[in-house]
Amino acid sequence: MIPASFDYVKASTVDEAVAALVKGGEDAKVLGGGQSLLPVLRLRLNAPSVLIDVSEVGEMRALTDDGDALLIGASVTTYEVMHSELVKEHAGLLSLTAGAVADPAIRHKGTFGGSVAHADPAGDLPTVAAALDCEMVIAGPNGRRTVAAKDFFVDYFTTALAADEVLVAVRVPKLGAGWSYNYQKFNRTAQAWAIVGVAAAVKSENGTITEARVALTNMGATPIRATGVEAALAGASSSDAIAAAASKAADGTSPTSDLHADSEYRKHLAAVLTRRAVEAASGI
Amino acid sequence: MTATAETTGAIGRPIRRKEDERLLHGRTNWTDNIQLPGTIHMATLRSPMAHAKITNIDISAALASEGVLHVYIGADFPDLPGTTCVWPVTDDIVMSHMPAICTDEVRYVGDVVAIVLATDQNLAVDALQLIDIDYEPLGAVVDMEEALKPGSPLVHESAGTNLCYTAKMPCGDYEAAKAKADVVVSRRFINQRLIPNTMEPRSVVAAPMGMSDEITIWTSTQIPHVLRVLLALLTGIPENHIRVVAPDVGGGFGAKLQINREEVLALVLAKKLGRPVKWTESRSEHFVSTHHGRDQIQDIEIAATKDGTVLGMKVDLLADMGAYLQIITPGTPLLGMFMYSGIYKMEALDFTCTGVYTTKTPTDAYRGAGRPESTYAIERIMDELAAELGMEPMELRKKNWIKHEEFPYTQIAGLTYDTGNYEAATERAMEMFGYEALRVEQEARRAAGDPVQLGIGISTFTEMCGLAPSRTLGALKYVAGGWEHCTVRALPTGKIELITGTSPHGQGHETAWSQIASDIIGVPVEDIEVVHGDTGRSPYGMDTYGSRSLAVGGQAIKLAGERLVEKARIIAAHQLEVSPDDIEFAAGTYSVKGDPEKSTTIQAVAFEAFTAHNLPDGVEPTLSGEATVDPLDFSYPHGTHLAAMEVDTETGKVTLRKYVCVDDCGVQINPMIVEGQVHGGLAQGIAQAMYEGAVYDAEGNLLTASLAEYLLPSAADLPSFDTDRTVTPSTTHPLGTKGIGEAGAIASTPAIINGVIDAIRHLGVNNIDMPASPMTVWRAIQAAKSGGN
Ligand SMILES: Cc1cc2nc3c(=O)[nH]c(=O)nc-3n(C[C@H](O)[C@H](O)[C@H](O)COP(=O)(O)OP(=O)(O)OC[C@H]3O[C@@H](n4cnc5c(N)ncnc54)[C@H](O)[C@@H]3O)c2cc1C
Repeated sequence: MIPASFDYVKASTVDEAVAALVKGGEDAKVLGGGQSLLPVLRLRLNAPSVLIDVSEVGEMRALTDDGDALLIGASVTTYEVMHSELVKEHAGLLSLTAGAVADPAIRHKGTFGGSVAHADPAGDLPTVAAALDCEMVIAGPNGRRTVAAKDFFVDYFTTALAADEVLVAVRVPKLGAGWSYNYQKFNRTAQAWAIVGVAAAVKSENGTITEARVALTNMGATPIRATGVEAALAGASSSDAIAAAASKAADGTSPTSDLHADSEYRKHLAAVLTRRAVEAASGI
Repeated sequence: MTATAETTGAIGRPIRRKEDERLLHGRTNWTDNIQLPGTIHMATLRSPMAHAKITNIDISAALASEGVLHVYIGADFPDLPGTTCVWPVTDDIVMSHMPAICTDEVRYVGDVVAIVLATDQNLAVDALQLIDIDYEPLGAVVDMEEALKPGSPLVHESAGTNLCYTAKMPCGDYEAAKAKADVVVSRRFINQRLIPNTMEPRSVVAAPMGMSDEITIWTSTQIPHVLRVLLALLTGIPENHIRVVAPDVGGGFGAKLQINREEVLALVLAKKLGRPVKWTESRSEHFVSTHHGRDQIQDIEIAATKDGTVLGMKVDLLADMGAYLQIITPGTPLLGMFMYSGIYKMEALDFTCTGVYTTKTPTDAYRGAGRPESTYAIERIMDELAAELGMEPMELRKKNWIKHEEFPYTQIAGLTYDTGNYEAATERAMEMFGYEALRVEQEARRAAGDPVQLGIGISTFTEMCGLAPSRTLGALKYVAGGWEHCTVRALPTGKIELITGTSPHGQGHETAWSQIASDIIGVPVEDIEVVHGDTGRSPYGMDTYGSRSLAVGGQAIKLAGERLVEKARIIAAHQLEVSPDDIEFAAGTYSVKGDPEKSTTIQAVAFEAFTAHNLPDGVEPTLSGEATVDPLDFSYPHGTHLAAMEVDTETGKVTLRKYVCVDDCGVQINPMIVEGQVHGGLAQGIAQAMYEGAVYDAEGNLLTASLAEYLLPSAADLPSFDTDRTVTPSTTHPLGTKGIGEAGAIASTPAIINGVIDAIRHLGVNNIDMPASPMTVWRAIQAAKSGGN
């Protein structure tokens, strides 16, 4: 369909973007790669009066090594995240998962920040942000602040970002030695969103898991950390132990029902996929 | 007497498609690219309700909106129909009337309630939101069985029923056959509703041409010729004032074998307003308003002796018409009527089809139209029968199919299959597939309790295509013929214009038709220009659908080419001062028998025919050949399709691991084009089995109304197909050809589902409703485990 008409501002700095947002008021929207926002406009589910394009803001296009973390600008594309050597080295789970997002055309346009800010519970990258305890660097009229992933994702398509704030970058802590990871994405066609997804990162010593991070895609309103599984995995060294831990994956979740999967089936999938993700990550 | 394939040998060569250069480089004009000065843009407001009375309409705000020229509602065109049905299949069928714009009642989500005409497409769309309509709900009718119960809301109140028609075709005595049977197997299959998605959405431009009374209508259609007749009948505009052009058309699959209310409105408004009127649908509009396909509940019963001899079959269908009958809505399920016995011999076939109105988008032809449904039923029930008998499913098929030496064979529904060789196609397919090795792997996985189980799906299909002859269509109450026309003109400069009545929309007719003509008249393929899809330039034709273009149209090309060659022979003989009987014709050259130095070319003859300075007495100037051919019979392509399916029993996920098909479409004019048709058809048939399916809620809202919910597979979801062909030339078609446009879509669906069930039958599963989504398969396994199914 055809979107309602809107004004368009191309920002060249973060300050410019924030100023334009303030000026635009409630009806202004940040435009990243447009891969989620433009469909929303075309379906006329939303009709902002002005779009502020941040896709070429220099600071937001940078991907740098920041000591114990990587600082990934919000406008770095999914394709760039997938292929970055820095990301492969220090946050392999993120580059692996970026490769599972949509298709090449969409990965070239869509951005890491856009995906995180959009907060689609079926999005793959927010789950990784949750699994890796990322921090969101946010700029607004009152300056900058940082919000942890667990506080950032609030509800369906809702984050801690205020209407006049821009997500500038995501701080991705480095995993460090001894960690391995896997992402299991379950979908019906290659470029579709996840029905359920599971991100797992495990630290093992001599064939025993010592620490684990497990996060779930599309099992609730936000990405969910499967804390019960994480706790049960500590000390696991057999596939039975992994399976037993994984069976807790859906504990406490109440996923939605839709055409592709009802709630019960999603819970079942979460357990199966968690087992597979941990097995694949740990090699056990 | 005429050239054969050996002369220049164009037939049978996999030459690249001429049309692809302009298509792939974006150097063509799709309808929506056409920009005429003064164009008015039309946008349609569609009902958000499945069934309701319109109690009030307020258009004042829309009329005042920027750029808006007119807003029309039903009351402005109270008597204008939006479509028509040319196939009243029974004497007592309940017909329906789809208005161009609804007047007082809407009958499906997507029904047109108002239109806006504006100076710009965006402004027209903006104004739609300003139209205020009050509805009073009348009750949706979504489920066919509910629709037939007394007390159901009525889609068409005046009809007093939702029953559209009942068609019966008893062949042989099924009850007698059943009485002799040791085994009777019955199943309910659901052939789900599908939404055809073409790359190019529907689009139309209608423009008064000024210099005459002519109105030209460019439209993304498969049927420019048929459409012209129907537009004239519906609007009262004289047929000779209407010119229909189908420019390059980006896919049809049956969805553009239609007369649409948007076309009717564009034409009528262009005439009324004296300006070009343009309309292009969005993908969202397409989902609710372009006709849907399939949607049948099939109750199938098969009776056999315990040695596996099939005795008879009973077919009881409920077919969803949707809210109105469009061009061949009621006939579509009946296109499969004769094919429920497939390739098998049997004593009886008892067929009943009940058409039902519901408050959903109308259904109509979709790739295969009727034959995918019949093929699914027979190929699925053969697997179920094999399981019941404990027979290997291929062995059961072999035992019952028509042997190659038995052709021509008149099957139980009365059709005479001219040729076929099921043994050869099957042998080749099984060899390519590695059938035995896969059976061994299947056993091993079962024995090991592997979470991923393997199944082999078989489909040994045939179909009928190239609808003809016209008399037969008349006997079936179809209001049109099945002939096709071709004119081949040799221009003064020696170039050839081949004017065809077929209307390609992706099939490559320009190339294939040139190949046929090249062999017959001995002119290089590059020198032949194929003219199509324009009632102004190609006045006679029956267009393209039902895999008819080559099977039927090819015959007209051959005959027209031969007539041209014969006329040129008379002129050449005159020029060379011998009798026509002393002239030989090969590779475009006429030479004197025994004195080959004395010769002339067809191009030279074309110039002589143009100047007309030295023509024999009684021979008219100009050189062309013309033919309108009504074929002797349908054509019956067949083939063997095999699918190796993996089922992840932990998640229900189904994976197509390997697909082999060996098709027999008779003589192949261009094997590369055949290959393309097979691949595309397979993708669509596999999509029905695994991905696609329209879902409505109880209120009649389409829940799968975008490509996010309605899943189409892409190349990334499908394996590389292993294809081959056997060649059993048709004996009823002079070029030996059969159709190939729908074969892949017809054959593959049951192959996939048979494969899925074969993988998990040992767990107790004997049916899966399509699409075989992971949740559906997982639930079937769970139900079987707990003793259900
Ligand atoms: C066909 C298709 C398939 C897809 N499949 C997947 C999939 O499998 N997995 C997956 O994870 N995603 C998928 N996506 C979504 C895709 O990854 C999007 O690119 C991504 O979710 C949004 O990124 P974007 O840069 O395009 O954001 P946009 O569409 O530009 O914006 C999305 C939202 O975020 C806001 N926003 C964007 N940038 C900022 C910022 N810097 N600060 C504040 N707010 C901001 C916008 O205002 C908007 O509300 C798919 C998309 C399509 C079209």
